[in-house]
Amino acid sequence: MANATLTPRRSQLTKGRMPTYTLWVVLAASIVVGAALAALVGFSLVPWAIFSAILFIVAGTAVSAAIEGERKAKNRLALFLVYGAFLIALLPLLSVIWTVLERGVPGLTYNFLFTSMNGVTGAIDNQVVAEGTPVLGGAYHAIVGTLQITLWATLISVPIGLLAAIYLVEYSTGGRLARAITFFVDVMTGIPSIVAGLFAAALFGQLFGPGTRTGFVAAVALSVLMVPVVVRSTEEMLKIVPNELREAAYALGVRKWRTITRVVIPTAISGIASGVTLAIARVIGETAPILVTAGFARSINWNVFGDWMSTLPTFIYYQILTPTSPTATDPSTQRAWAAALVLIIMVMLLNLAARLIARLFAPKTSR
Amino acid sequence: MSKRIDVKDLNVYYSKFLAVEDVNISIDARSVTAFIGPSGCGKSTFLRTLNRMHEVIPGARVEGEVLLDGDNLYDSAVDPVTVRSQIGMVFQRPNPFPTMSIRDNVLAGVKLNNKRISKSDADALVEQSLRGANLWNEVKDRLGRPGSGLSGGQQQRLCIARAIAVSPEVILMDEPCSALDPISTLAIEDLINELKSEYTVVIVTHNMQQAARVSDKTAFFNIAGTGKPGKLIEYGETTNIFNMPTQKATEDYVSGRFG
Repeated sequence: MANATLTPRRSQLTKGRMPTYTLWVVLAASIVVGAALAALVGFSLVPWAIFSAILFIVAGTAVSAAIEGERKAKNRLALFLVYGAFLIALLPLLSVIWTVLERGVPGLTYNFLFTSMNGVTGAIDNQVVAEGTPVLGGAYHAIVGTLQITLWATLISVPIGLLAAIYLVEYSTGGRLARAITFFVDVMTGIPSIVAGLFAAALFGQLFGPGTRTGFVAAVALSVLMVPVVVRSTEEMLKIVPNELREAAYALGVRKWRTITRVVIPTAISGIASGVTLAIARVIGETAPILVTAGFARSINWNVFGDWMSTLPTFIYYQILTPTSPTATDPSTQRAWAAALVLIIMVMLLNLAARLIARLFAPKTSR
Repeated sequence: MSKRIDVKDLNVYYSKFLAVEDVNISIDARSVTAFIGPSGCGKSTFLRTLNRMHEVIPGARVEGEVLLDGDNLYDSAVDPVTVRSQIGMVFQRPNPFPTMSIRDNVLAGVKLNNKRISKSDADALVEQSLRGANLWNEVKDRLGRPGSGLSGGQQQRLCIARAIAVSPEVILMDEPCSALDPISTLAIEDLINELKSEYTVVIVTHNMQQAARVSDKTAFFNIAGTGKPGKLIEYGETTNIFNMPTQKATEDYVSGRFG
């Protein structure tokens, strides 16, 4: 028991350590003082948060400098700023999701998902507002249109984009053609979507007579926007496939195209799949090119090769800009928000699908 | 199986740069031939010309003849794919296909070429190849697992199994042990000794003890200076190269005076 009588010696290595609760105390104090300062300029949430954040950053750094020394204080300051930037970046995202959920969920009924706007008139909407009957009419036709047009755009652009990327990575030797393709792909990435829409409208106008507006024309317009994204992402993914795998296949007497289809693409498929999904997510929300190529429909049309079509973005656009009943706009606004929610859910499902594909096809590692 | 290789007046270029100059060498069937020499002397480049893997690199080309049992690999009518299916290669870094299981890696040469093979034949081929590569006992219970989950030495032996599964005449090895620990190296060296009863083996190595241990004949390559082409300095029985070399440069290299 001799040791017990000795005074515990403080380790020389733990000098200048700050107890973990210190920063929490500083945070609590900052929030209280921040509330007081906010009260001076007229209390509300935003100034309160701003004052508290500034106070915490200043006070936290000062406390750290006093206890831990200059180097650690600098580290804390940088850490606070990085976390702050992250929170600021997160705010709009959360705000968007919250707003869309709050306003979209009430309109998201069975009726909304499985009926079109066919036969829904301003009189019905007026009655909804006046008498409180349920909102009629829905976005079924727009959901169908979105899925159809996006599907066809994907069918057009994925083969083109994939093959172009394969040419660039596997076959070209950096010659003039490859440089030209890369240059035009870069230019195409920056094309405003309305220009793509006008291009498709003009092209089909030349071929099939002026005013040709179908879902397929819209799909062509969207694929003009999709192809460069698919080429770019696929190219990057193919480039990171190690050359050793290609050589291993060649050394087994495997032909080049088989090496590409059986070794290179399977190795890169997860990245390619997520690239394609991102490209789809990029075009699924396009409004302008749809308006000039597919027109606008109020009823269900499954045929992409005939008659006008609606998509969710154009549906939202028309519900907000030209409400079904000009005097009672609430039902139209509700339908627009519900459509926005459906659109966001679609994009989210796409992203989940991409992750699933990526996981299914990812190169296997040991478990 | 197993054929001899005769190289006549071979020059190897990367675009305009002459990388290896004027090589004449005869490699016997069913033997192990080692290429040694300092880094950058062109021994790996030369090895890759023996199964036309060299021309995978853009701008690379070859002048001269490489005869496989008398047939010139570089004849304009020869398909490089045919050459590579007869002359297999094992690389410096183990490179099993990451998307495939151990079994599929062994069968890669068959399956990637879409040859039809019955399940029993495939099973027999997998076992025979893995036994040939001394890997069967270690992996027989996990053939369905990914090949990338094996240790480095096991992966390299898997690559050797993959190479012998297509029953080549010749196996080229480009520093197969340089990324491996001594125990795995020993396993591969034992394997090379067994392989020479059926195949012609050519191995590039930086490790002179390894060359002395595994090879029947040794070729010493050297380079006069950076930017100059690599040359074959001396070729002969391994014991002669290490004990009584005829060239001064060879003696300096094998006795550790440079390189």
